[in-house]
Amino acid sequence: MAEQKIDLRNLKAGGFIKERGKDLFTVRLRVPGGRMSVDRLSKIAAVAQKYGKGYVHLSVRQSIELININFADFDAVVAELGEEQQKVASCGARVRVPTACGGCEYNPNGLVDTQKSALEVDQKLFGTATGHHKFKVCFAGCPFDCPKSAINDVGFQGAVWPKLDADGCISCGLCAKSCTEGALSMGADNKPVFDATKCIYCGDCIKVCPTGAWSAEKKGYTVRIGGKWGRRPLVGTLYATFVPEERVVDFISAVLGWYQEKAEGAGRVRLGDIIIREGWQSLLERLRSEFPEYVVQETIAPQVIQTQLPLPGQQA
Amino acid sequence: MQTVDLRGVTCPTNFVMAKLELEDIEAGTTVEFLLDDGEPVKNVPRSLKDEGHKLLGLHEREGYYVLTLEKGEE
Repeated sequence: MAEQKIDLRNLKAGGFIKERGKDLFTVRLRVPGGRMSVDRLSKIAAVAQKYGKGYVHLSVRQSIELININFADFDAVVAELGEEQQKVASCGARVRVPTACGGCEYNPNGLVDTQKSALEVDQKLFGTATGHHKFKVCFAGCPFDCPKSAINDVGFQGAVWPKLDADGCISCGLCAKSCTEGALSMGADNKPVFDATKCIYCGDCIKVCPTGAWSAEKKGYTVRIGGKWGRRPLVGTLYATFVPEERVVDFISAVLGWYQEKAEGAGRVRLGDIIIREGWQSLLERLRSEFPEYVVQETIAPQVIQTQLPLPGQQA
Repeated sequence: MQTVDLRGVTCPTNFVMAKLELEDIEAGTTVEFLLDDGEPVKNVPRSLKDEGHKLLGLHEREGYYVLTLEKGEE
């Protein structure tokens, strides 16, 4: 047997992606939520300078990818990145590194601490084999949804339920004016009237209120499931509302369990396509048994986005 | 009462100008700011509240808003 040149355990979870050139690989780094300390960034720059091509690639999923790494240098690259606790990410049929927006610590729009959630999911679920296909999770801090949560297998979106302290209200009308969903209007007594059926839990009323008369009654995540992009895009649909931050890992695990079971024998198929095949009821009922207080009454199948319409003269 | 006209000034310049005006005013003094409708009236009152000032009132006047505020302690 030939002498082993590299530690193959480094390759187990993926993250080393074959490039065009001989012996050359892209090394995908693990950057949950896209947050990176400056010390770590400096280390990555040094490693890229020493072993790479002179540039890195910033991936769509918030990773830094080292380009043109010779496979003979894998062990050295992993060891030197490890000096700043930088790990390598995954590829293949596994739970991927979660993405997230900047979160609520410094962004005035953020409702929920998405960075904390992304770190927790990364620690507890990263690299879990699905047995079928990749599995992507994303955290958006508010309904603006900058990171596009609904095109992930499980997408979380920060949500807040508003409540009014009528005594603190100065009847300025800003909340009704700011509510783009039409859930608030000014009543005959010059105080806002709330129509809960139109609210998308964005919290604009709370943010804009100059006195703090509007505040948060409860916070959590709106959860959409079954999204993906790629050749045949799907947009995930609503399964739960106001899932507390501390239940996120359990919730994803339940979805993952259903996927692992229902996709058995289906091959390399994403969650959304399994939902279409099995029917959304099956997944919704499974989730209801574990999360009855958060799961919605009913949903719809993942929404197919037609990007491959037949050209004139072709028959679909 | 001092009136600061911030109409025609876009975000976040209007907020920064309001801050600068407030620097020269004693805590507890009431000031009036004139703000355009749209983003300015949505952003500036909230930002000034976050800075620790007390918002006393906000009302519409012929297409713009008048914000009355009491300067907070440093």
